Amino acid sequence: MAAGGALSLPLAFLLPLLTALVVFLLGARRAPWLPGIGALATVAAVADAVRHVAAHGPQAYHLGGWMPPLGVELYADGLAALMLAMTAAVGLAVTAYAGPYLHDGHHHQEAERFWPLWLVQWAALNGTFLAADLFNLYIMLELVTLTAVPLVAITGDRASLGAAMRYLLLALLASLAYLLGVALLYGGTGTLHLRQVGELVGAGGPAAVAAALITAGLLLKGAIFPLHTWLVPAHSNAPAPASAVLSALVVQAGVYLVLRLWLWTFPALLSPAVGWLLGGLGAASVLYGSLQALRQSRLKPVIAYSTVAQLGYPLLLLPLAAVPAAAAQAWQGAAYYIVAHGLAKAGAFLAAGNIRYSLGHDRLAGLRGIAPELSVSVLALGLAFVSLMGLPPTAGFLAKWQLLSGALGGGQWPWAAVIVLGGLLAAGYGLRVLAMALAAAPSDEPVRRPPQRLPRRMVAVPLLLALAVYLLGVSAVPALRLLEQGAPEALG
Amino acid sequence: MTQAGLYTLAASALAGIGVYGLIVRRHLLRRILALNLLGNAVFLLLVALARRHPGYVDPVPHAMVLTGIVVAVSATALALVLARRYYAETGLRHLPEDEG
Repeated sequence: MAAGGALSLPLAFLLPLLTALVVFLLGARRAPWLPGIGALATVAAVADAVRHVAAHGPQAYHLGGWMPPLGVELYADGLAALMLAMTAAVGLAVTAYAGPYLHDGHHHQEAERFWPLWLVQWAALNGTFLAADLFNLYIMLELVTLTAVPLVAITGDRASLGAAMRYLLLALLASLAYLLGVALLYGGTGTLHLRQVGELVGAGGPAAVAAALITAGLLLKGAIFPLHTWLVPAHSNAPAPASAVLSALVVQAGVYLVLRLWLWTFPALLSPAVGWLLGGLGAASVLYGSLQALRQSRLKPVIAYSTVAQLGYPLLLLPLAAVPAAAAQAWQGAAYYIVAHGLAKAGAFLAAGNIRYSLGHDRLAGLRGIAPELSVSVLALGLAFVSLMGLPPTAGFLAKWQLLSGALGGGQWPWAAVIVLGGLLAAGYGLRVLAMALAAAPSDEPVRRPPQRLPRRMVAVPLLLALAVYLLGVSAVPALRLLEQGAPEALG
Repeated sequence: MTQAGLYTLAASALAGIGVYGLIVRRHLLRRILALNLLGNAVFLLLVALARRHPGYVDPVPHAMVLTGIVVAVSATALALVLARRYYAETGLRHLPEDEG
């Protein structure tokens, strides 16, 4: 039966769900303090789960005491614990930021809709990281999608409704491809448990078709090139807190599952050719997303295209996992990359939200001269971009370094070239934005609307997220040691 | 042909129609219907899988289908609401193909 520590696994899922229900019933205006309390309770449950995984190894919890295959198992190993922790950090930051953002008098309707959606989404994300069988993963993925789409549409204007509709159609197609794959796997193995399927699945044709369907669905949800087309309109038209969770958490859950399933469930199918194909798609994402980010004329699309680029890096693990000299370091790098990108991207989108909130627009050409008034937000944006570029001493640097030295140590220079080139391109689009933001105001400019004052909490949150990226860049040992818990043998 | 084989064939045909409709049709309502067809194809396949051993019905795929139907109904409801709002806001019955 469950030990005390494992009880925090269901709590990490149930607490945000319960908060969402109460907020929905009471209305966010009558209980503005409630989401904060729910967020803190969730963070406490996640912290407890992480502490137990770090101290005692992987934790499992069987709901109602029912064992698989009939019961629902929640399972947390080091990778899942790391994802839970990253989600908790971003979730706490977004909850703190969204309070003043939504309750300032202009966003009444959005506030009523945002809280239940976001809190259910947090629960579903935690459920995605904890799910131990393929069908529960389907349910969690659908819950994430069914909350992410309304978050895109929350403002109800033309552009966001169109973006949300396209996102929904593609995401549902992805879910059904995933479910079809799961059905085929169940037909072949008679089980849904992630590890049992991994033990029973052969390298035959039906298993390969199932893996292809599941992977295609997850790549669509993870916005990997060439299935990324829905991401940029969806993420850049959402309000700032929604953009932050969509880019930092929702799409990353898709990429996380690609890694999880290929390393735990289909390692038998991960031939060098398949590894190269998936790594190649990741590399194409890195290069295409970065080049597109260089061409944008508004800040939020720059950050959204940067998400497409950053999501490609963790996939580079798949071709490297088969190379013994590269596997261990690439594994650490890929997992750390998801954490670093999540924190930095949430910081960047919230800082961009401050700029937009204050100026009323986010055109790059109109950013000249904002640095004196928005100094802290521009600083947070800059610090986040530095991590996305992969410069020391950030977590982004450390993750890239591990991936790069893994690739070079294994003699896999094409992947090393992609990593270096992606970093250079990120420096290109990051510095382009910062150069605009730090430039002096043009002297011939017509009289500008005075920027709107920002609530203090909205100024502080992006900076704290950016600083967390530096903290993880300086002190990576606890996270990397956590990652060793339950890692696949080839990668440990 | 066995019953399970017939169901599997029907599921394949439905899935084909669903994917074709989703790709070829631009009208939002038709696309939502196409997604529902594809979903039903997967459910039919699961029901066929439940009968893959003669003389014994596996309950797990049935449970999956029941849960899947709940999810499909919610997703369809969301899609219909979104399509209506989109139509009310833009007057369009399809997505502008140039964006994204």
